[in-house]
Amino acid sequence: MTTKNRTKITAEPGRQELFITREFEAPRELVFKAFSDPAILVRFLGPDNLEMKIDHYNFKSGGSYRYTHTDKNGNEYAFRGCIHEVSAPEMAIQTFEFEGMPQKGHVSLDTSLFEALPNNRTRLTIHSVFRSVADRDGIVMSGMEDGLSQGFAKLDAILEKGI
Amino acid sequence: MRRDVFQAIADPTRREIINLIARKSLTPNAVADSFDVSRQAISKHIKILTECGIIVINQQGRERFCYIQPEKLNEVQDWLTGFRKLWSKRFDALDNILSEMQTKQLPAKQKNKKR
Repeated sequence: MTTKNRTKITAEPGRQELFITREFEAPRELVFKAFSDPAILVRFLGPDNLEMKIDHYNFKSGGSYRYTHTDKNGNEYAFRGCIHEVSAPEMAIQTFEFEGMPQKGHVSLDTSLFEALPNNRTRLTIHSVFRSVADRDGIVMSGMEDGLSQGFAKLDAILEKGI
Repeated sequence: MRRDVFQAIADPTRREIINLIARKSLTPNAVADSFDVSRQAISKHIKILTECGIIVINQQGRERFCYIQPEKLNEVQDWLTGFRKLWSKRFDALDNILSEMQTKQLPAKQKNKKR
């Protein structure tokens, strides 16, 4: 494949939401399968420097999931959520929470839309809505390249200061 | 209180102030004249923007002028870049998996046809 599809992030200042958009050179059913099958998900969702393990991943309406990222020092970062709706192969709605937050309840609601495009291509749009602008900004900050753990340390520091 | 570029742009009035001053350096009073809110409120926003490093105030003769610090606003862009990289890496890995799945899928389909 010569053309590389670009990942687009839209996060307007002062808003509680963000959008992640990406197109794939594969039919929608296949892209959807990659997100519904934990054995496939674990191969791409984990960041480079962290080992991803899936505790459970029950990808159906009313289901739930939990997975962990472990760094080389053995520090574990756990994430969990409920699967609200799965309409294969076009939509999935789920919650997302980082368990390592000082307080519980910093949850986002993530809607993933899988659009079939001509020539067996697919457009994926993940729309995340957070409880506050600070929550959203914190998650974006946790994606800094210098490692998730560092990002989370920053996020903790910000939340402790009480924005 | 957090004082960074994100705090600066979190408020719609502050974003408008940034837009105004980005076009032309103005005195705090001239900024206040462009808004329906009190001078006090605007002065508070200007103080926050100064603390966030988005604007600096310089004395010119008798007047004080607000100047924009555009390089500070670039931090917003840099910040998103890290998040985009994380997701780009994930999706690039997924690209490889998808093409692998597609090549595996073809022979399987052919087998089905033979049956």
